[in-house]
Parts: sequence; C-alpha cells; structure tokens
Amino acid sequence: MKTWLPFELIAAFRFLLEGRMQTLLTIVGAAVGVSVIVFMSSLLAGVQANIFSRVLSTQAHIVISPSEEVARPQRTATALQTFAIVQKPAQRLRSIDQWQAIAAQLTARPDIVTVSPAVVGAAFAVRGEVADAVSVTGMEPDAFYRIIALPEKMISGSATLSPNGVLIGIELASDLGIGVGEKLRIRTTSTKTTSGSDQTFIIGGTFDLGNKEVNQRSVFVSLRSAQSLLGLAGGVTSLSVNLIDAYQAESVATDLRSALGVNAESWIKTFEELFTALKTQSIANYVIQFFVAIAVALGISSVLVVSVVQRSREIGILRAMGASRAQVMRVFLVQGAVIGMLGSLAGSALGAGFVLVWRAFARNPDGTEFFPIALQPMLFVATAVVATLTGLVTAVLPALSAARLDPVDAIRG
Amino acid sequence: MDRPAPTDKTVLRLEGVTKSFGVGTEIETEVLHGIDLVLQEGEFCALIGPSGSGKSTLLNIIGLLDRPTSGRMQIEGKDTAGLSDAAQTSLRGHSIGFVFQYHHLISAFTAVENVMMPMLLDKGWPSQAMREQAGTLLDKVGLAPFKNSPANRMSGGQQQRVAIARALAMNPALVLADEPTGNLDSQSADEVFAMMRDVNRQERTTFLIVTHNLELARRTDRIIEIVDGIIVTTKPEAKTSAVSVVAERATDSNA
Repeated sequence: MKTWLPFELIAAFRFLLEGRMQTLLTIVGAAVGVSVIVFMSSLLAGVQANIFSRVLSTQAHIVISPSEEVARPQRTATALQTFAIVQKPAQRLRSIDQWQAIAAQLTARPDIVTVSPAVVGAAFAVRGEVADAVSVTGMEPDAFYRIIALPEKMISGSATLSPNGVLIGIELASDLGIGVGEKLRIRTTSTKTTSGSDQTFIIGGTFDLGNKEVNQRSVFVSLRSAQSLLGLAGGVTSLSVNLIDAYQAESVATDLRSALGVNAESWIKTFEELFTALKTQSIANYVIQFFVAIAVALGISSVLVVSVVQRSREIGILRAMGASRAQVMRVFLVQGAVIGMLGSLAGSALGAGFVLVWRAFARNPDGTEFFPIALQPMLFVATAVVATLTGLVTAVLPALSAARLDPVDAIRG
Repeated sequence: MDRPAPTDKTVLRLEGVTKSFGVGTEIETEVLHGIDLVLQEGEFCALIGPSGSGKSTLLNIIGLLDRPTSGRMQIEGKDTAGLSDAAQTSLRGHSIGFVFQYHHLISAFTAVENVMMPMLLDKGWPSQAMREQAGTLLDKVGLAPFKNSPANRMSGGQQQRVAIARALAMNPALVLADEPTGNLDSQSADEVFAMMRDVNRQERTTFLIVTHNLELARRTDRIIEIVDGIIVTTKPEAKTSAVSVVAERATDSNA
C-alpha cells in the first residue's frame, strides 16, 4: 500500500484491479465512445476551417460600399400632401464619399489589418465579334493581394500588374481564345457618355479562383485604369477590409456602419446560408456527441451498479470495521472517475489514430489531402476532463447505493 | 454477582433492550424482549441459543450494526442512544472488533493489508507504523510468513486467524465473534479458539462468541443462553442441565 494514497484511492484501484476483465471492458467501451467524439470533432473542425479558408481566400472580411441612394421628393407648400408612390431610385455606380478619409480612419483601427480600395463595375471583354459580359475590378495590388491571394491562384503569367495590364480568369481566356501577352479590349457603356469608353489591355496572367462562374466573369486591372474606364476619376466604389479575427466581422461591420455612416457588409452576412449550414452541422455533431457521452456514462454506471452488488458483502465488512458511508461512497466515485479518465486517455489515442488513418487514406487523386485536420491538444484536455467528470457523475447513483447498504444485510449476504 | 469478573471495569451494559422488526406494520414482531446484560473487561463468554432465538440480532445491536427498539446500551460507559450514524461508525471502529463465520476478508488485499484495514479506515492514509503493527498482530496469530499472501489464497483456518488479527487491530475493548469456528474443520476450530483464548488472557480483551458448538461453549468462562429473545441463563458453570438441553437442541438444529 502506497503511503501517499488515501484509503479511497487504494481501495478503488484494488477493486478495479481485482475485477480487471470487467474494468478493461468498461474502459474499452468508454474509449470507443471518446474516440468517436475526438475523431468527429477533429474532422468537423478540419472541414469547417477548410471551408472558411477557401471562402476567405476570395472574400474580404468586410466590404464597405457607398450608402444607398434614396428618393427625396420635393416638398410642396401644403404640408399635408402625400405621394401615392415614391419610386426608389436606381443605384448608380458611385464613389464612396470622402473615401480617403474613411480609409484613413479604418487603417487607424487596431482590429483592422488591411484596407484595400477598389473600383468594381460592369463591362464587356471584346475580341472580334465576341463580347462577354465581365465584372471589372480595379485595385492596388499591394493591398488587394493581402485580402485575396491572387498571386497563389495564377495559372499562367504573373500577378504583377503593369499600367495597361489585365489579369483574367482561365475560363474567360479560353472563351475568348487568348492568353498571356495578347491584347484584350474592354468596353464599358456609360450612361453619362453615349459612346462609353473602350480601352485595350495586355494580358499579364490568368488565374483560377476555384469557381467557373467567377473565372468566366472576373477581370482585374489597376485602380487607375478602372477609374478612367468606368468614369470614376479619383473615386472608389468599395473598400475591402480584413480583420485580425475574421469571426468578429459582423460586430465590426455594425460598428463601422454607425461610426462612419457607410454601408458595411461582413462576409458572415454575405455567406449567411453557408454559416447556417455549418452551424447546423456543428449542432448535429454536438447532439451525436451528447448521445455517445450518455451511452458511455450508462455503460460505466451499469458496471458500477453490478460491482456494488458483487461487493455488497465486502462493503458490509468495511462498514463493520469502521468505514463511514462517505468513505464507501468515495471508493465508488473514484472508480467511476478512474474509468472515465483511463477511457478518455485510451479514446483520445484511438481518436488520434483514426485521424492519422484518415489523413493517410482520404486523399485527392494527386495525393494531396482533401483538407488538413489538425489534432488540437485542447480537445484532448477537454475530453479527458469531461470524461473524468462524466465517470464521476455516473458513479453517484451506484456510490449512493453502496453507501446506503445496511451492513447487517450486506454481511448476511 | 456470581460471575468471574477479573476487574470491575464494565465494557458493555444492556438494560431492558428490545428489538422489533416491521415496526408500525401488521407483521410487527418483537424478537428481543428486555435483554439485561453486563460484560466486564477480560471476560470470555459464549452466547448460545437455538436458531431464531435472537442471537444474531443481539450481536448486531451490541456491535452497533443495528439499533435497539427500546432500552439502554452503554459501550465502555458511553451511551449509544442518540449517536449519529457517523459517531456510531466511529465508536464501532474504535471499540469493537468483529470475527464472522465466513472469515470475510477483503479479497483484493493481502493478509497484512486486511489487518491494517480498521486502522486505515480510522486514519484515512496508510503508514509504515500501521503496517508494522499489523505485522505484529499477524505474528501473534502465527501467520507471519503469510503476511503478503492475497487474502483469497489462504486456507479457511488461516483466513479466520487473519480475521481475528484484524478484529484486534484497533485494540478494541470487545470482540464479537459470530460462529468463528462454524466453517472450519475441528483441528482448525481448536486452533482458532485457542488463539482467541490467548488474546483474551494476554490483552484482557473481552470476547463474546456466538456458537452452536457446546464443546467450545464449555471451554469459555461464562455461558449466556438466549431462548426466544430472553436470556435464560448467564452462568459461569457450563454444565447446568438447562444449558445442556438447549445446546443439544442447538447442535441438532445445526446438523
């Protein structure tokens, strides 16, 4: 007997060791449950992190755009007169008012990492008789590439923009039958001028943003080119903002709306459905984990109930020898906690094993992983703590029944 | 009183103790009717009586495993009525040692650990001193070489001797033995009985031994006979006719 252990721990360990087959099976049962929880959590965290990183590689955390234009009907002399219909004005392509001052204020905020001004408008990419509708984005590469990692998405050419250079999606390049170094005419139809504007660019590179529609419609030019093309000299139509913590986007956006009086939309709002779907996935995962945990708890509990019955005579003797009810109770609580803890340790190892097996086999045809799954140490710590507590809680009923045993009945057997 | 009282120190005093089962129900039955009993330090007594006479119930009450329905009980001068469950457990641990018919060792522990158990339960943590004291007790019952044997690997006689050593661990005033030799062959039974006798003589520990074995009962200092919940004789002489008759009957029913 180790002198640094109290009676309760010694007795709990001895009882567990004596019924080692029973103990082992219970621990294995708990371990299987825990491994499912660990594996599912890791997998889900991996899937969601992957989805978010894909979304965020082509999406700013917050996009600031000009506030909406509203109709302001002129008041007439009679104040009581009301209009039957007030038509909403069409939203013109407009610059953000005072965008430089706003950008400076944004940059000054500690939670904002990058601010990238851009001009976005509609145009046609023309070659011969073909005119494809495209969305032209004019930007400053230094800031813009920190939000959307275009250089990593290049298929041919380079992401460096010359003054009359243009980057286009691979689908658009193949639709028009052109490639790097060739010329591309971009035409806009402006409401201000009847003719619109028409400029020729040289293709600097093609990219793949992972979405066919986007690859067909995206054209990137320098900010200055887009400003002249779209007739917005000196203006920008949006400010893309990246934050330190992408998940704070919605609250920061709300803050910006009230502080700066601009229209600010977070990626969380833009991808609301995706968020809902992922949240549903998480909830489903929690529900499954909850029921797995209950199954594990019931397993531990039922084994302890049987153990109390098996040991009722020994419990009676311990009571006759001066063991208090509390001591007897603690012996069984400790057994529950030990089973929970050992089960969670074995289960964490098993779960980690599943993740490694998954990593080895769930691969794309080219041998890269579907998505990276990280084994988070915190998950293991949390699982161990929760499993130990679960073991302790499930042991309460058996322990109470052990403590309540009448020694006279127990000894008589 | 005409009993051999080596000293006048009273270990146990019962006054008008009754015990009923099923109190408040239709099947309420009183199994002990006004028991008066005094045990002095150093007494070595047998408690005999036919099956169903209330011996075990009386033993459980004296051992603080059960509470009397009415009457007074004192252990080493301390009133037991109104003691909380915890206080009763503590008094039981300190003042009373148990030896059961079916040796009842805790099989997950070794012989010496079983003997340590009452001390361990009292203190909460084991210590080297406890182990040594337990070793001395095992030595006294002649089991020194088996100190570290698992309890369930020993013979019946050995286990019962361990149980006696365990009963003595807290140096109790009173040892209650319920058929301590009932499960042993006659040679082991003799050894175990002699062991208890030795302890009684050396340590002046009071023994109350429930037995069906008249032969053993006659070798004690005093026979307390209980029939239908009443003490009918409590005599130092074991050869009275009444005792013989009851004990014969008891032996028959036990056979």
